[in-house]
Parts: sequence; C-alpha cells; structure tokens
Amino acid sequence: MRIIVCIKQVPDTSQVRIDPKKGTLIRQGVPSIINPEDKHALEEALRIKERCQGEVTVVTMGPPQAEKALREALAMGGDRAVLLTDRAFAGSDTHATAQVLAAAVRKIRDWDLVLCGRQAIDGDTAQVGPQLAEYLGVPQVTYACKLHLEDGCLVAERALEDGFEKVKTRLPALVTVTEEINSPRYPSIRGIVQAVKMEIITWNSRDLGIEQGQAGLDGSPTKVNKTYTPKPRGEGEVIPGSPGEAARALLARLRERKVI
Amino acid sequence: MTVTVERSACTGCGVCVEACPFEAIEIVHGIAWISPACTDCSACVEKCPEGALSQPADQVQGEKPRARWEGVWVLAEQRHGNLARVSRELLAEGRRLADELQVQVAAVLVGDQVADLAQDLLWSGADTVYLVEDEALANYRTGPYATACTRLIEKYRPEIILVGATHLGRDLAPRIAARLGTGLTADCTALDLDPETRLLLQTRPAFGGNLMATITCPNHRPQMATVRPGTFTPATPDPKRTGRVVREEVEFAPSDLVLQVVQYVRKPSQGGGIENTEFLVAGGRGVGGREGFALLQELADALGGEVAGSRAAVEAGWVSKERQVGQTGKTVRPRLYLACGISGAIQHVAGMQGSEWVVAVNKNPEAPIFQVADFGIVGDYRLVVKELLEALQESNTAYRKRSTG
Repeated sequence: MRIIVCIKQVPDTSQVRIDPKKGTLIRQGVPSIINPEDKHALEEALRIKERCQGEVTVVTMGPPQAEKALREALAMGGDRAVLLTDRAFAGSDTHATAQVLAAAVRKIRDWDLVLCGRQAIDGDTAQVGPQLAEYLGVPQVTYACKLHLEDGCLVAERALEDGFEKVKTRLPALVTVTEEINSPRYPSIRGIVQAVKMEIITWNSRDLGIEQGQAGLDGSPTKVNKTYTPKPRGEGEVIPGSPGEAARALLARLRERKVI
Repeated sequence: MTVTVERSACTGCGVCVEACPFEAIEIVHGIAWISPACTDCSACVEKCPEGALSQPADQVQGEKPRARWEGVWVLAEQRHGNLARVSRELLAEGRRLADELQVQVAAVLVGDQVADLAQDLLWSGADTVYLVEDEALANYRTGPYATACTRLIEKYRPEIILVGATHLGRDLAPRIAARLGTGLTADCTALDLDPETRLLLQTRPAFGGNLMATITCPNHRPQMATVRPGTFTPATPDPKRTGRVVREEVEFAPSDLVLQVVQYVRKPSQGGGIENTEFLVAGGRGVGGREGFALLQELADALGGEVAGSRAAVEAGWVSKERQVGQTGKTVRPRLYLACGISGAIQHVAGMQGSEWVVAVNKNPEAPIFQVADFGIVGDYRLVVKELLEALQESNTAYRKRSTG
C-alpha cells in the first residue's frame, strides 16, 4: 500500500491573540505546528502501513521553514518527505494549492491512497482535500472517522451531523479524516534521531511543471478584499448584588424585555 | 448559445485562446475555460484541433440559453427525503441578493423520488426548481451529485451559487468548484453585493475566528460560497408563491458511481438539538465538571431549552460533541444564550454572537464574554444558577396559584 499524506504547517491558532490597540493578529511567538487533523491522517497512514506493509510519503506545500513539520512527520515514522516550495506558490487559495499538490502526487506516480486532515485550523475551509481528489480524478471520502481495507477496497465510516454512514470504494482514492479516527503517536527518540539525517525532497514550480499564473495569487480565483477583527457586540449591563439579588434582577430584566 | 468544453478531449494547447476575438478563453489548470465575455461567435469551435469545443443544439431543452452568467442558485440539501433547514435559509438570502441584482433565484434539487420537496423550495423563495431524479442519487454520493450539479451549472450558467456548509455541502461544493475551475469561499457568515461590480462579497472567519476576511471571485464564474447553517433566517413558507419545476436528465459515467454507501446509522442527539431551541444554557471550562453540567441542565429544563458547551467543556468530556458551540462546533442563534463559566474566546463567540440576548455569568470580571453580553453577573455560576432556579420555581408556583385560585 503506497500512501501519500498531505500535511500543512499552521500557527497554533489557540495561541493567537489580538493586539487590542491595533486590532491585528499577534503572530509573534506563536508556535508553528503540524495541523492537528493532518497528524491524525499521518497516524492512520502509519497504522495501515504497519498492518499491511507499504510506504508512507509525506507532502507539504509551504515556505522552506515547513521542513520542520516534515522532520516531525519523518520522526513519527514517515518513509519519505517532499517539500513543495516556491515563491510562486505564495498566496495560493485552496484551488491553487490543490493544483500544486495534484502536480506533486502525479509526479510521485505510484500511489494507492491519499490521506489528508479534514481541514486546517488557520483556514478551516476543508476544501483542499476534495479539490485535490477532483484534479486526481479519484473518489473521495471526507470526514472519515474509521477506515479499513478489505479485498483491495477501502471501507470508511463518514461522520454526519446526525450519525454516520459506511462507504466502500475502490482504490486509488482520497480520504480526509477527523480527529476521532485515532490518537497520533509521539515520535520515538530513535525516530527523531533518524529523521534529522533523512533527506527532504524539495520540488519547485519547474520540477512540478506548474506554469506561471497556475499557482500563487495569480492562480487563485478567490481574492481577499479585506480583513478585519470582529467588532465586539457593545456595552452590556453588569448586574450587581448578591447571587440571589442579581439572579432576581436578571429575571426581571429578561421579563421586561419579553425574552422569557 | 454556449460554447462547451469537452474536458477529456481538451489538451490545453491554447489555440482557442489565440482564436478568440474577445479574449474570453483562458487555459485554467490545463483546460480551456470560457469566461462570461464569450459572445458565442464560435470562432474557437472551428479552430480547435481536438474538436473539444462545441455549441451543441441539443443542450437547449425548453430553456432559453444564456450567454451570460446570470441568476442566483441554491443547491438544496436533502437526505432521505428530508429537506435541510439550511436550504431554506439560503433561499431567503438568495432571494435578497437576487432582488438586488434583479435576477431570478433557482434551487437545484437532486435525489431519488424527491419531487415533492420542490414545492417547499418554491414556497421558500425559489422562482425555479431544477429537479434531477435518478436511482443513482438515492443516497448522497460525491460522484453523481457533483456531476448532476455541474451539468446544470454549465447549462444554465448562474452567477452565484450558495451551498450549506454542512458535511454534505462541504464535500460537494469543492468538488464542483474544482471541476468548473472556479473559486469557492468556505463557511461564510455574511454575504453582500458590491453595487458597482455586482461581485458577491463573501465574509468568513479565519484563524479560528480571530480574523474576518471578505473574499471575492472577480474573474471566474460562477461565484460559489458555502454558508454555515444558522447564519440566515428562512422566510416563512408562502403557499401563494408559485414557480416552475424543470425536470433534467443527467447521464453518469461509471467513474461517478464507484463509491457505494453500505450503511447509514442514525444517532439522534438527546433532546431537540442546540440549533433549534429558543433558550440555550451553555457552560465552559469554568463549570468544572459533569455535576456542574447537571445543574445547567436543570436550568435549561426549567426554561424549556437545551444545554450547550464550549470547546473546552466538550474536550473535557462534560458535554457531547454535537452540543459544541463555536468555530469548530455549531453556530447558534437562540433567543437567549446564557453563558456560564465561559471566558469568551473568539472561537466561541463566533458561534453564538448571532443570539438575540446574551447573558454571561463568570467569576472573572475581565472575561471577554462580558464584552458580548447584554447582561452580566460577576460571581460563582453555581450560586447564581441555583438562585435562578429557585426564582423561576417561585414564579411558577405563584402563577399556578393565580391560575387555580
């Protein structure tokens, strides 16, 4: 089983704070991590490999610093790591990103399964997986919370709002996973030591045959017009007094306004 | 008439780009893409060395073909014959956008034996319902659903397409956008129009809700957006509204049908769910444990509402995942949102700021939740909730006494 795992290096958004004066994001000192759900995708790939042999190739598109995420993936047990990096990729939207990833997957050529996290915590779009599947021309399973292989077919449980469905498809296919699927392992000391020495394959737009205007800002149908920090709702009233007094005063105000 | 591109035949050689007198063709990810500037002069059709471009006459069935991209579409969502509420929410918003653009609203209804849902869609704001019924569409599957929708989009060329940001919509919309080579904005929380350019302004949260971004899709059509359920309010169904139901036939390729749905297991949540209640009592890290949530449940019961939790409370296992409010949970807009022991991280606020009234109870007077609250009480939520319960009980007893005595 030859598996490709697509990961993204993201800022840990739970640690992003807002500059109260300027209203901008403070990204300084915010650690970069492997996107959590991508880590679950990698873990699932490693488990499949352990069950039925194979090879796990980890791919990321990003700046040169994204190498750190790949080293961590290698330390967890990945066999190969590919960094897709080029100034021409900067500013890619999900369409352009999926284009670059599709070019890389095609270049890797021999593969049976692509695994991705459902969505990244900095963008939360969940679009790159399905878009990549379309460009590769393979079936997709999104929101997978359970996965196994059966007679050369892939059987997955897909989370729904009100339950789940079990689906079956032939390979090759692309699956995006949620964090319920497994608990990712920690890299072993041996893994970390080995990962330091392993080669990171680096491909730029020329290596991938990505033409000018196909990736980056120019290759992105969507444009960011403006960004802003959400406005607070406005001043509310703090009700003073003991818990008993405050509770009764609150109910009175809610009744006055016919809320309850 | 519309020039169509046979994707399997197009080699992306660019001859058509040169041939087009109106600069209406681009090569997008290796395949010719016909922009709205196309005048149907057919210069490209004759020049294409692969015969990949055509203006098929049989493409037109009773509908007047459009050279321009025009109209607002909603991809209606149904599972097992039940129409998702978000579809009606989107029709209300689609109606507003279409009226401003002075165009029509259409809904696309795809499934097997779902024709009776068309009336709901017309009553909720659609002028036209495009209906595709096929046995292959009985269960939602990405392949045939994407093909059905894409065919209709290529045929009728709407300028805007709205899809619910549900598990189904977020699976389907990116696949369609990729096939059409157009842009898609995920999880929008506000939509608007630029009066000069007619562009759809699509606003969505990013960085876990820390940042809002307004996105446009200036040079590709259609403009596609998924919208979180609960963002818009559906119109009251109007039985006097009428419209057309246009039945469409779509053929599927074997590759559309390789995935099979083997089993569907429904796990209904306890109670009515947090999106459909008027009163929500929500707890966060400050609630401290399951016992605390039992107390919140008592208050929710007294109000006739439901209990919800922040991400922290869900991760601690005090409340179930389907009750999570916030960026990675659900968006709710109850009449009253009572936040107990919730600090008010922006990720959380993103999911509840549409509530009509917000009450915050927190020990920490500096907690950001107070900035979004209409009423705040600084103190231990346990004591406040117990007092609220007691006061509610007193008034109920008083009411009963009045009504019986």
